[in-house]
Amino acid sequence: MSVKQALLALLEQEPMYGYQLRTEFELRTGSTWPLNVGQVYTTLTRLERDGLVEGAGADDEGHQMYRLTPKGRDEVASWFTTPVPRTQPPRDELAIKLALAVTVPGVDVGAVIQQQRSATMQALQDYTRLKRSGRPDAANGADERGEMAWSLVLDSLVFAAEAEIRWLDHCEARLRRAAQDRSRAAATQPSTQPSTQNTGALR
Amino acid sequence: MSPILKLDAVSRVHGEGATEVHALRAVSFAAHPGELVAVMGPSGSGKSTLLTLAGGLDAPTSGTVSVEGADLATLGAKGRARMRRTSIGYVFQDFNLIPALSAAENVALPLELDGASGRTARKAARAALDEVGIGDLWQRFPDEMSGGQQQRIAIARAIVGERRLILADEPTGALDTETGEEILALLRARCDAGAAGVMVTHEARHAAWADRVVFLRDGVVVDESGTDPVETLLASGHPR
Repeated sequence: MSVKQALLALLEQEPMYGYQLRTEFELRTGSTWPLNVGQVYTTLTRLERDGLVEGAGADDEGHQMYRLTPKGRDEVASWFTTPVPRTQPPRDELAIKLALAVTVPGVDVGAVIQQQRSATMQALQDYTRLKRSGRPDAANGADERGEMAWSLVLDSLVFAAEAEIRWLDHCEARLRRAAQDRSRAAATQPSTQPSTQNTGALR
Repeated sequence: MSPILKLDAVSRVHGEGATEVHALRAVSFAAHPGELVAVMGPSGSGKSTLLTLAGGLDAPTSGTVSVEGADLATLGAKGRARMRRTSIGYVFQDFNLIPALSAAENVALPLELDGASGRTARKAARAALDEVGIGDLWQRFPDEMSGGQQQRIAIARAIVGERRLILADEPTGALDTETGEEILALLRARCDAGAAGVMVTHEARHAAWADRVVFLRDGVVVDESGTDPVETLLASGHPR
């Protein structure tokens, strides 16, 4: 996730100071990805160095304000008009774990799948419950668009969890079919297996 | 709290000898008041069998199915039919409404079959339609309504007369995502109000509305997720 682009996009709206940027970011993304305030300041320093933001003086309470430069504005525009690249799939621990479970001897792949499906289903139930009960800070004056943003972020988590469960079902079905094929093959030609190896060696 | 639906070591075998198929193997399962349970599993895992047994539409080969404390097997065909009119509500994927009857008449039908006066039945039907949000469409016929509205009639029919067990077989299968969610919200609300719901679905996103999700495979409960109330299920007599 690009903190840099997100901060620039927030500054497109109006000049803000570091802590305010963090609050706005969390408000708009439903606090799904907590942002550390130190990270906000380091990013701002880097953006200033690269000429994408500039200091805009201090507000009445002495907070150092930042605003976009024309170059920063161009960067925001290009971020919104360029799709997020999918050429480099993000590292997916679950896919890696399953790939290894299937290939490393002695791992109960079925158990790995089942356990993950339960955990993901549990997360999906939690998201759904959260969606049903509504946004936690809705009562204290969160605006309608913030509500929409929160609910869309939640939907993204819901769809991702659903996709993961479907993929796990698919893995399970394929592994089961492969196991059935193997046992059927073993049952019909019990004695041919060693000779197949021999044939292979002779070739 | 005693469960509204209880399956105790229920097995169902179709056919016999070489062709026998074990649809369910010693499954124990319960649904309590206020609880919505989702049943998931691949085709042929036994999820529909579980629902038809729970609804008294089929009888187990062994084990017992009780609804509101009554063993369905000892009730006899008449008793079971009565149970279906008064205690058990069924919601199907394809709605199963009677096209020649209006919305209100469809909903009133189980009450009238049970001997309620036309007036009482109609009044209860209108109240049930109100509850599912289509009170103003009571005079319409099913084919004059959208899929979501038809499923709402079916839910009204399933809950009319204070029935406390709702069995739903892919209730959102024929609906688009948003309409499906509205139907789930209705089922959820009914369970929150004290009914017990059992819903078969293959969509994880819909199962997530439930308090518990039970995974069936080859007629056995292999897994379950969600908040665990009292004496839940598992205890399947079959090795995993």
